[in-house]
Amino acid sequence: MFKNPEELKYAKTHEWLKEEGDVCVVGLTDYAQDSLGDIVFVNLPAVDDEVKAGESFGDVESVKAVSDVFSPVTGKVVEINEEVVDNPALVNEDPYGAWLIKVAEVSEKDELIGSEEYAALCEEEH
Amino acid sequence: MKLLFEESSQGRHLDLIPDCDTPEYRLSDDALRKRQARLPELSEVDLSRHYTQLAKQTHGVNDGFYPLGSCTMKYNPRIDEEMAGLEGFADIHPLQGQDSVQGSLEVIYRTKELLCEITGMDDMTLQPAAGAHGEYTGLLLIRKYHLDRGDTERVNIIVPDSAHGTNPASATMAGFKVINVPSNAEGGVDLDELRKVVGKDTAGLMLTNPNTLGLFDPNILEITKIIHEVGGLCYYDGANLNAIMGRVRPGDMGFDCIHLNLHKTFATPHGGGGPGSGPVGCKEFLRDYLPGKMTGKNENGYYLYTPAKTMGQVRSFYGNFLVVVKALTYILTLGKEGVKEASGKAVLNANYMKERLRKYYDVAYDTTCMHEFVLCLERLKKEKGVSAMDVAKASLDYGIHPPTMYFPLIVHEALMFEPTETESKEVIDEAVDVYVEIYEKAQSDPEYLHSAPHHCPITRPNETEAARNPILKYEWQD
Amino acid sequence: MGYVPDSALKQKEMLKVIGVDSVDDLYHQVPEEVRLKDLNIPEGKSELEVSRIMKGLAAKNVHYSSVFRGAGSYRHYIPAIVRGITSKEEFLTAYTPYQAEISQGVLQSIFEYQTQICELTGLDVSNASVYDGAVAAAEAIFMSLERNKNEAIIAGTINPETLEVIKTYCESRSVKLIVLEGEGYKTDIGELRKHLSEQTACFYVQSPNYYGVIEDVEKLAEAVHEYKARMIEGVNPISLGLLKTPGEMNVDIAVGEGQPLGMSLGFGGPYLGFMACTKELTRRLPGRIVGQTTDSQGNRCFVLTLQAREQHIRREKASSNICSNEALCAMTASVYLASMGPSGLEKVARSCLNNAHYLEQELAKLGFERVSKDEYFNEFVTTCPMDPAVLEKKLSEKEILMGLVLNDRILWCATELNDRNDIDGLIEAIKEVI
Repeated sequence: MFKNPEELKYAKTHEWLKEEGDVCVVGLTDYAQDSLGDIVFVNLPAVDDEVKAGESFGDVESVKAVSDVFSPVTGKVVEINEEVVDNPALVNEDPYGAWLIKVAEVSEKDELIGSEEYAALCEEEH
Repeated sequence: MKLLFEESSQGRHLDLIPDCDTPEYRLSDDALRKRQARLPELSEVDLSRHYTQLAKQTHGVNDGFYPLGSCTMKYNPRIDEEMAGLEGFADIHPLQGQDSVQGSLEVIYRTKELLCEITGMDDMTLQPAAGAHGEYTGLLLIRKYHLDRGDTERVNIIVPDSAHGTNPASATMAGFKVINVPSNAEGGVDLDELRKVVGKDTAGLMLTNPNTLGLFDPNILEITKIIHEVGGLCYYDGANLNAIMGRVRPGDMGFDCIHLNLHKTFATPHGGGGPGSGPVGCKEFLRDYLPGKMTGKNENGYYLYTPAKTMGQVRSFYGNFLVVVKALTYILTLGKEGVKEASGKAVLNANYMKERLRKYYDVAYDTTCMHEFVLCLERLKKEKGVSAMDVAKASLDYGIHPPTMYFPLIVHEALMFEPTETESKEVIDEAVDVYVEIYEKAQSDPEYLHSAPHHCPITRPNETEAARNPILKYEWQD
Repeated sequence: MGYVPDSALKQKEMLKVIGVDSVDDLYHQVPEEVRLKDLNIPEGKSELEVSRIMKGLAAKNVHYSSVFRGAGSYRHYIPAIVRGITSKEEFLTAYTPYQAEISQGVLQSIFEYQTQICELTGLDVSNASVYDGAVAAAEAIFMSLERNKNEAIIAGTINPETLEVIKTYCESRSVKLIVLEGEGYKTDIGELRKHLSEQTACFYVQSPNYYGVIEDVEKLAEAVHEYKARMIEGVNPISLGLLKTPGEMNVDIAVGEGQPLGMSLGFGGPYLGFMACTKELTRRLPGRIVGQTTDSQGNRCFVLTLQAREQHIRREKASSNICSNEALCAMTASVYLASMGPSGLEKVARSCLNNAHYLEQELAKLGFERVSKDEYFNEFVTTCPMDPAVLEKKLSEKEILMGLVLNDRILWCATELNDRNDIDGLIEAIKEVI
């Protein structure tokens, strides 16, 4: 079974979103890290880059695969997690601690689902 | 085993060149490097033994069966090597006067003529150095053609989802947008889906036929027609030409340009990853766009020229010339019957091997295949936890190079076998026995397969660590 | 007539297992109307007949005993051990080392090659090779592009073959190219500064350049870095036995034609494109890269790594499409460098330098005046006191390939093969013609 904290919201493309005031924090779900396998590299945008809801803002690499990471919101990147860039294994070890980007000036949000619905989706895909 | 640098001993050297007998010239100190490069210091016997050890840890076609799908690992004849080593080819400067290189130009011209006949093309450049390089060149041909006609809207290249990874990557490099089309239930191009994506923005289609599933697409004439009807061009990825040479030609199937892999179909060795050679052929209406440094022939002999509306050069000089020498030697040896015999036996071997293996493993598309076929190990994975990787790694212990793993992407747990025509029935029978034994092991002792291979110079490498913390050169401890 | 091992009888047995009557039946999916009736190429031949044909073709080329032409391809001495090792069938007939467990030999040799290229260039990371020096230069430009930096400035003194390839590559990716103009044989830093801007992604210079001149790479790099652009240097690897390394001159990416490192002239190929860069740019390097790791028993071993950058995984998003490279040429270079050792390579470089300067001095006595005063390595341009075409023809009759004619001037080259005796022979031959 995969961990899906109740307080978070989820995108069907397997990203999670946490709202901290005006800032949205985005990361990859437990299910995502598990199906990707050992993550060896994380490719993130630069601070001040624009991201768009439903569009790819970066990618994560395992040894023999690469997967896009989609932004659940439209806005401006205010911080990226340098720690994850230096040590991509963190995404495997602690997917909900190892956030990827923080987005501010959010103007649009994708339709997100709650943890229960997301768990059902993972079950279906598994 | 030790690295060259770890075997180094200060002051050891080979006496290779005499002391210089012209006056010492001094450059300004500012132009000089501060210290010598730390190259290894070795004797000739050190070197010889080092590389003999490395050779023992390398599996080539000459070591054993090499059914690596899509790579056409046929035997590389020694005569081809000998001819490429002739001083009259190997020691010729590329910028000699044209009247002093008539032999080289004739090699290029004759090879081009033979390959044009085999593929149904009208002209060909031998400049591209590898298959992907050929794809890039062919796509630039298509690009130049459309732009020259003022047709600036054609930005899309259509690629089936079963294509080699180089196809979409080459299209991007050539400035196109890639449109993927799904395969149909039979493994061929889905015609309805293809019709949906074509239009005024279609620059062309890239296709290999037989495709990466080893299947000949029976709708091929319809496919090329759909593309031509909207004004697009058809590009043939020649990676799988070994299945059909001498029997059906890309040019007759409606393709406008193609690339070949001389290091696959025409028996030149892969050298551990290269050099290859990726000639690009085209129909008459595209020849003016070919890269510079083409070879022509008139009453005075052979000459070099640049086509009128050339795309420019994709490599220096005339490509991997000595590889072309090997390919010409090979084609002259085979001749018209030999070419046809080679493709036929390649297809026979693949079907025979498939027929024997299908009693144990699932075949992804269980129909007559061409020169290669794909097994799907999903069931074995589900039932026994044994993956395509496990089976591939297990075969290493038997001295067999594994088939291509996890490709094409549309088949889960894929293993793609290409036995090639130079393997005998006995070799294939032995290999089948090995895969049957592995299958039985999967039923009785799957754990054993997870940790395979057990008898190779190393066990499975930690690739995650290699990618997370890259060590890409030797670090001296000083 | 071919290399198919099984007799017709044996093939019949195989057909029976499959359940068809003939090989032709296996092609039933091929539409009837496109099946080839007759392949119009000559009948197959025996090995002896083919070898006679090929030897006949080779004999139609003129093989020069004495070569004073470089311009991108250099005839050097190739140690016997180099061919001895690289013709081993294991190395020759292996594919790309996807299966590390049975490919440690090839993988280790590439790792050793990468280390040697880093040592030669003074940079941090090398890939496993690309097609040739010209393509290496084009790929280096692609490595430098940023979202808002899409211009590449190219020195006007680079090899024209390289420039042709750069033009082709950059056009297809809509990279704006600026080729520096100027009459001279050396890059004018003022001219470079005129074109540098925030949009500049990189500057590519070759040193020693096409005319043999050693460029002020350090100063050029300083100017380039002021605009946060990348400095790319094309180098002759033999010259690095002596000359300051790209790393010492703050170059970001060094590329070059590796042919001088043990590969024959080969009428232009196969050659070897080498590429090295600073650590920061590692993931932008195109093509295969070999890395060190451990196996499940903890033993040191080597694998292809950082593969998720490459086309077979990233497909249309890959930064380069390269798949096959020039692995055997990389091994050739590696064996060459290992056989030469640090002192041997320096000796080759010094011989090239000395012989070229002796050649210049002797040519000057006959009225071939060098056209530039700048320091050079082993190539230089002179005037020609007579019709160069006539000179070329006359020398050719004496089995001498003179320098390359550039309009009314000549680009000469000397390597360790052109010793005093060889040069004196050329001078005597010219005297007879003049």
